[in-house]
Amino acid sequence: MIEFIKRKIISENFDYEEILLTPILATLLALIIGCIFLLATGESFSNILLAFSNLFIGAFGSLNAISETCTAATPLILAALGISLAFRAGLFNIGAEGQIIIGGIATVIIGFSIDFLPIWLHLPLALLFGAIFGALYAAIAGWLKASTGAHEVISTIMLNLIALRLLDYLLRLPIIQKEGRNDPISKSVLETAQLPQILSFIEPQLRIHSGFIIMLFAVLFVYWLLFHTTIGFEFRSTGANPNAAQYAGIKASLTIVLVMGIAGALAGLAGANQITGVLGRATPGFSASIGFDAIAVALLGRSHPFGVLFAGLLFGALVAGGRLMQVKAGVSIDLITIIQALIIVFIAAPLLVKNTVPWAFKAKKKS
Amino acid sequence: MVNVELKNISKSFGPVKANQDINIKVKSGEILGLLGENGAGKSTLMNILCGLYRPDTGKIIINNDEKNFDNPGDAILAGVGMVHQHFMLVPIFTVTENVVLGNEETGRLNHLKINESEQKVREISEKYSLLVDPKEITERLPVGTQQRVEIIKVLFRSAELIIFDEPTAVLTPQEVKELFNIMNALKESGKAIIFITHKLHEVREVCDSISILRSGTIVGDADPKKVSNKELATLMVGRPVNLSLERKKNKTGKSILKVKDLSVLSENQEIAVNKVNFEVKEGEIVGLAGVQGNGQTELVEAITGLRESVSGKIEFFERSMQSLTPRKIHKLGVRHIPEDRQKSGIIGNFSVSENKILNDYYQPPFSKNYIMSWEDVDTVSKKVVQNFDIRTPSINTFAENLSGGNQQKLVVGRELSNNVDFLIASQPTRGIDVGSIEYIHKQLIETRNNGKGILLISTELDEILALSDRILVMFEGNIIKEFGSNASIEEIGLAMAGQV
Amino acid sequence: MKIQNQNNFGNQQQTLITGYLLVIFGIFISFFFGYGVEGDAVFKLSRPRDEFVIPNLIVPASKYNFLISFILVFIGARLILKRMSSFSSLYLGLGLFLLITCFLVWATAGKSFSLTGMMQATIIRATPIALAALAGVLSERVAIINIGIEGMLLVGAFSGAVFGSLFGGVIGLILAVITGGLFGLLHAVLVITYRVDQIISGVAINILALGLTSFLTSSFLKSNPELNDAPIFRPIKIPFLSDIPILGPTLFQQNFFVYGAIILVFASTYYLFKTGIGLRLRAVGEHPKAADTLGVNVLRLRYLNVTLAGMVAGFGGAWFTLGSVGRFDEAMTGGRGFIGLAAMIFGRWHPVGALMAALIFGFADSLQQKLAILRTPIPSEFLAMAPYIATIVFVAGLIGRARAPNAIGKPYIKD
Repeated sequence: MIEFIKRKIISENFDYEEILLTPILATLLALIIGCIFLLATGESFSNILLAFSNLFIGAFGSLNAISETCTAATPLILAALGISLAFRAGLFNIGAEGQIIIGGIATVIIGFSIDFLPIWLHLPLALLFGAIFGALYAAIAGWLKASTGAHEVISTIMLNLIALRLLDYLLRLPIIQKEGRNDPISKSVLETAQLPQILSFIEPQLRIHSGFIIMLFAVLFVYWLLFHTTIGFEFRSTGANPNAAQYAGIKASLTIVLVMGIAGALAGLAGANQITGVLGRATPGFSASIGFDAIAVALLGRSHPFGVLFAGLLFGALVAGGRLMQVKAGVSIDLITIIQALIIVFIAAPLLVKNTVPWAFKAKKKS
Repeated sequence: MVNVELKNISKSFGPVKANQDINIKVKSGEILGLLGENGAGKSTLMNILCGLYRPDTGKIIINNDEKNFDNPGDAILAGVGMVHQHFMLVPIFTVTENVVLGNEETGRLNHLKINESEQKVREISEKYSLLVDPKEITERLPVGTQQRVEIIKVLFRSAELIIFDEPTAVLTPQEVKELFNIMNALKESGKAIIFITHKLHEVREVCDSISILRSGTIVGDADPKKVSNKELATLMVGRPVNLSLERKKNKTGKSILKVKDLSVLSENQEIAVNKVNFEVKEGEIVGLAGVQGNGQTELVEAITGLRESVSGKIEFFERSMQSLTPRKIHKLGVRHIPEDRQKSGIIGNFSVSENKILNDYYQPPFSKNYIMSWEDVDTVSKKVVQNFDIRTPSINTFAENLSGGNQQKLVVGRELSNNVDFLIASQPTRGIDVGSIEYIHKQLIETRNNGKGILLISTELDEILALSDRILVMFEGNIIKEFGSNASIEEIGLAMAGQV
Repeated sequence: MKIQNQNNFGNQQQTLITGYLLVIFGIFISFFFGYGVEGDAVFKLSRPRDEFVIPNLIVPASKYNFLISFILVFIGARLILKRMSSFSSLYLGLGLFLLITCFLVWATAGKSFSLTGMMQATIIRATPIALAALAGVLSERVAIINIGIEGMLLVGAFSGAVFGSLFGGVIGLILAVITGGLFGLLHAVLVITYRVDQIISGVAINILALGLTSFLTSSFLKSNPELNDAPIFRPIKIPFLSDIPILGPTLFQQNFFVYGAIILVFASTYYLFKTGIGLRLRAVGEHPKAADTLGVNVLRLRYLNVTLAGMVAGFGGAWFTLGSVGRFDEAMTGGRGFIGLAAMIFGRWHPVGALMAALIFGFADSLQQKLAILRTPIPSEFLAMAPYIATIVFVAGLIGRARAPNAIGKPYIKD
């Protein structure tokens, strides 16, 4: 393992600046600009200090904070794995939000309607259905692209909007709606379909649940898929040079549909994770823009599974810390959204970071 | 009247010295030939002269006036006009729109005066016998006519110095003759001309003086009336060049590829290949000559399974190959060197190893049961790098960091490595250095000597003549004539223009 | 993907599909819209206050639907038997149109429905989409993909609301346009100078716009409602023209945003196709290197047009507040920026085409609302999905091959 890591880092293609320095600087720059923005909107310096310190405390300052960070990070990483996998194959999967919703719907229905299975059957089944339906939903966009060339950005965005309406509709149906309630909320998932908490023996309120473990396995799976299987080779080839891949005999249409399917499965799993591990039931906003934040995570993680893992933990930290920041310093959590957008911009524009902080970079050797 | 001088021009891109201390002179009524192989620095020099690049040191002197070109507009104003090798024409614009772009006649509210402009284009085309319809949509014009539009563009801007950058690559020998007539006419009317090429016989035919460029410097000047091809070639390459390849007569075996009455449609649903018949046998190289755009691309796509044919048969070792996928065709032993290595041959940000296995990654020893075995990949890649003289720091280097010649050698090495029975080589030596060209030609001859069959498609007649046992000429989708290996350039040229 | 040869076969295939579709439409109409449907559909064609009052159009519901279904089956069968027709797309469009009329007749059977109201609503709802589509055209004609139009609409809406509340409608509108232009400029800087991937920049701008407007809304607008109470631009009646029956109220009794959108569409058409600068920018979009060699400043033209696109999007965004409800709500643009992009593709990157496409989308949008009022058995959420499904259908290219400007998506790098 150590040998493996050493070999990767020393390899001639590991560009320190691109893989480590730029993302870290980008994050710092985004946070600083967030600070400046708060100043511009009239927050006092002391309140800003309070806000940012609570941001850190809420993210890492206690066992509970770390548990919250991990809980928030898990669905982000799962969805971002899917998005980064699609990126690698040259596809922009903006539809993770819709796939999360569809996956979540499937999971919640399985979760509350089957009452005769033990947990070690019911829970995997619920998660599996979430993944399958997310995969199918994403495959629609993949199939459209493969057969008609419809650009997946627009079709996935439309599918997102359709999924939102579908959710609204389903939550009003009597078979899904919680008994005795008039507001759109689904029946609750049975205990046999809930992801067990993993640290409840230390403190019962710790929300971190076994979805976190599943997510870690997913990271390893995607890594293995992408770099050690022929399928991953096909994904990467199609993304890097679709013409050359076609000339080499790789079937583009199959690749597109397959990669969108797997990406959708991961996003659907993220939705299932939220339903069975955190919320226990579905409401109109249960996806809470996880699908969009995951895009930022995928970009920050440079579409590499390990990068996505760290980027997701960072964003989970921002979310967890942001909540405390909102409570203690009264700063709206939308600030986190702004910081996320800034991170995306800085990550996608390495030149921008280099121009802002030139002293951190070595003079580039001309190749 | 114009007098142009480039003095001590140098330009580097990082450590690469593209131009070093270059001096050339040309004046009205003169055609200067600039001869050099690919990568010698000709394009860089001309890009400096027409304002796309700034030189690091040196001066551009026009009519005894030192000029500083900040952008192409400045050069155009100074009377420099460039007829580009790859046409700078917007395909969907009309001829007039392409000619006036950037120098439009406008009225109130910036209204484009199209009728006046069309009239001006008509006048120029009549004056210089460059016949073209100003209203025609550019992409519908044949290549030779498009080149005339490029020439009209520079004349429209009153260019006094006209630079022709490799203008003959896309022309038949007859069209080349027409072009030389035009160049002479322009010279007579007082223009100064720089003619860039890597073809020896052309530069001797039409130039008044020749400067030879090699590795970024001028290595000599020559008088076309006195110098020989051999001397020019030696100056170009830096060492004595063997202008003819060793190719012994070979006995051919059984038929590998048989194409019967094959018709293929192009992207625009037009007939690109029209009931074509030919055959390639074991132990021979069949050269397919023809100006680009006469159906060669579609023919190759049909044979390799990338494009469906509309009628006819393709047989491989007597077995039908028609509805097979590219991968199945590959498994039968058909290999293909694509005509554009950047676009279809290599993946830039994949390593040399990964590029090596692009075609057979799914087979052992490279993978088993869908799981890659990278160690085996590395072992084989190292061997290929050695066997094909690919200059690279390591097998993990990204392919985009290799030179053009080494990238092409990588593609050739990949395609020739194993189990090849039939090779299709499309423009296999386009845009690479002479050393690599020699190497690849050697590999092709050796493959043929080992009893394999090769279909060679090239626009370079020299290459076709040097390598082919039989030569087929393709014109407007038909194979209109077959020649033996002792055919003359004139005969082939006539056929390429459709005259049999 | 095998490159399919179509040619004659393609037309044949298309004709067959059209034929079968028309037959299916016909049968569908008979069963669902014709059989067992009682009553007449009353379509109101004028309002009581109009100059010329036209009698209502009364359509016997099931008779009409059976008649149309018969016509469609007949045409469809003919197409299937004839196997080849160069007008198949026309027939398909006609079939779709008739299908929709049958649907309307069925939904209105026994009730009444204001057709002019519907047409007016169509124009109103098409306006933001048309403006978004126009912004897309301006941007993509210089080969810059602009996914961020949704975000530019949003900040335009927000600026319109806040500055309108503070300084009145006109200044609010001007500042909304400027804000949109600033975001357009941001996209241009990121994409042209810093070579950010164009889609990523667009996504980032959308997220940034959402974050900024939501943050400012929850931090300031909730506690200061007087900042979120902008004057609404009232409809302007054009004398004489607005008295024309049916068309009058539809076209000539709208607010400044509608008239502005139409003017901008025609102005853009002149700009793109009849001016010298239009020639240059189209060259930049198709073959930037060619333009560069002739001295055209590729980067400057791209900056110009993307900023202009932002300004148009700002204007379109202001419609949501100053042209509609006067109040900003979080994420109120509801995907119209993306639908605008679809209209741009459907309109083949031509301003007038985009306008036509936007009208169709506006029609779908207003249909959804009117049908909810009519209390049809279809749930309103599904009707709300109609514009999105329509977008997917159009983007999937069922309307033939539309070609984007050739250099689209690729940054121009001088090497």
